[in-house]
Amino acid sequence: MKTYCALFGAVSLAVASHAFMVGSPLTGVSKAPASSSTVRMAVALPPLPFEDTALEPLISKRTLDIHHGKHHAKYVTVTNEMIKGTDLENASLEEIVKAAKGKNQGLFNNAAQVWNHNFYWNCIKANGGGKPTGKVAALIDRDLGGFEAFRKQFAADSNGNFGSGWTWLAMDGDKLKIVKTSNADLPLTQGMTPLLVIDVWEHAYYLDVQNVRAQYVDNFLDKLVNWDFVNANLA
Amino acid sequence: MAIELPPLPWDKNALAPHISAETIDYHYGKHHAAYVTKLNGMIKDDPAYTGKSVKEIMLAAPAGGLFNNAAQVWNHTFYWNSMAPNAGGAPSGPIADKINAAFGSFDNFKSQFSTAAAGHFGSGWAWLVLKDGKLEVVSTHDASNPLKEGLGTPLLTCDVWEHAYYVDYRNARPAYVEAWWSLVNWEWANARLAEA
Repeated sequence: MKTYCALFGAVSLAVASHAFMVGSPLTGVSKAPASSSTVRMAVALPPLPFEDTALEPLISKRTLDIHHGKHHAKYVTVTNEMIKGTDLENASLEEIVKAAKGKNQGLFNNAAQVWNHNFYWNCIKANGGGKPTGKVAALIDRDLGGFEAFRKQFAADSNGNFGSGWTWLAMDGDKLKIVKTSNADLPLTQGMTPLLVIDVWEHAYYLDVQNVRAQYVDNFLDKLVNWDFVNANLA
Repeated sequence: MAIELPPLPWDKNALAPHISAETIDYHYGKHHAAYVTKLNGMIKDDPAYTGKSVKEIMLAAPAGGLFNNAAQVWNHTFYWNSMAPNAGGAPSGPIADKINAAFGSFDNFKSQFSTAAAGHFGSGWAWLVLKDGKLEVVSTHDASNPLKEGLGTPLLTCDVWEHAYYVDYRNARPAYVEAWWSLVNWEWANARLAEA
């Protein structure tokens, strides 16, 4: 008997045809009880892992309400519309993303954006940022030349990511790397393990800092990064 | 000689309420201006590009930062001119006939252009172009444009980078695209058509 667990959400959906257990121990992932019924499984919009005022004034409630409640929610709605009646309709989000890549650009765009945003909300928290400890700190020292060098490169690759996209910290095999992607692309489909992401689509920061992406990037690195989540992704 | 930020063809309040003065302050005063500054910084010591026009630099530059900045300078100038106060609505002049010939009706053209503009995923631009004597709707990504891609002669453009509409419309890009139709500058389009 298999169960589906919403990515990074505390919500668990009833029995479906696939099992997949991904998620941070921090947000909690619960398994639905086994059952012989099959309930059609849709991709779900996870709730934010923090209060919508928690990141003020760096990321405003106003931004979160629109970013989560409109952008992210719309990607979920469209993904569900697109998989309905297809052989992906009970697939996990990750399966949908991987199946759509290179085959169905519209589905990929929406499903990947659901995945990316699910991941992003867990990458930020109030009173975060600064220097990490634990496994990721050691990897940063070993592979990226230490924290200062990492911070400089990550900021440059976030500010210099032209157009809409995402800048990631990811494991490529056993090597820690900073990776830029455009539009909905994600390192997951390149065989890498994502650890941290910053959303650099303009909608992520425009209401708060307008054109000054660099301020948003500094705020992210200095005051928001959830290093606990990053280390959990390395576990 | 440095590239200059061209003045806006109208007062910054002129496109309200469709596009606010606040948006113009950021879009022109910060984004467009920054592309000019960055472009000048990149070409000042490069004899291959100093003294060249924005269009020349844009067409010659390989993919990358220099192209991005040059093209975005050019694209934004074209965009400001694609809109005007006391404009919008159905076309008149030679372009009206060409629109009917290519799309069947203005409404069909409007629908196609709006779909291209609203539906473009990520940052980019929607264009009306003249290609081999016929009008077409195309969209381009990030800084790219029809001149660079050989898609035809640009006649009109609508900027669909989020910074173009976020202050006024938030995530509602279709509402911004609808507002653009109240601003579309057919005089500019007819002038571009005449010299094509």
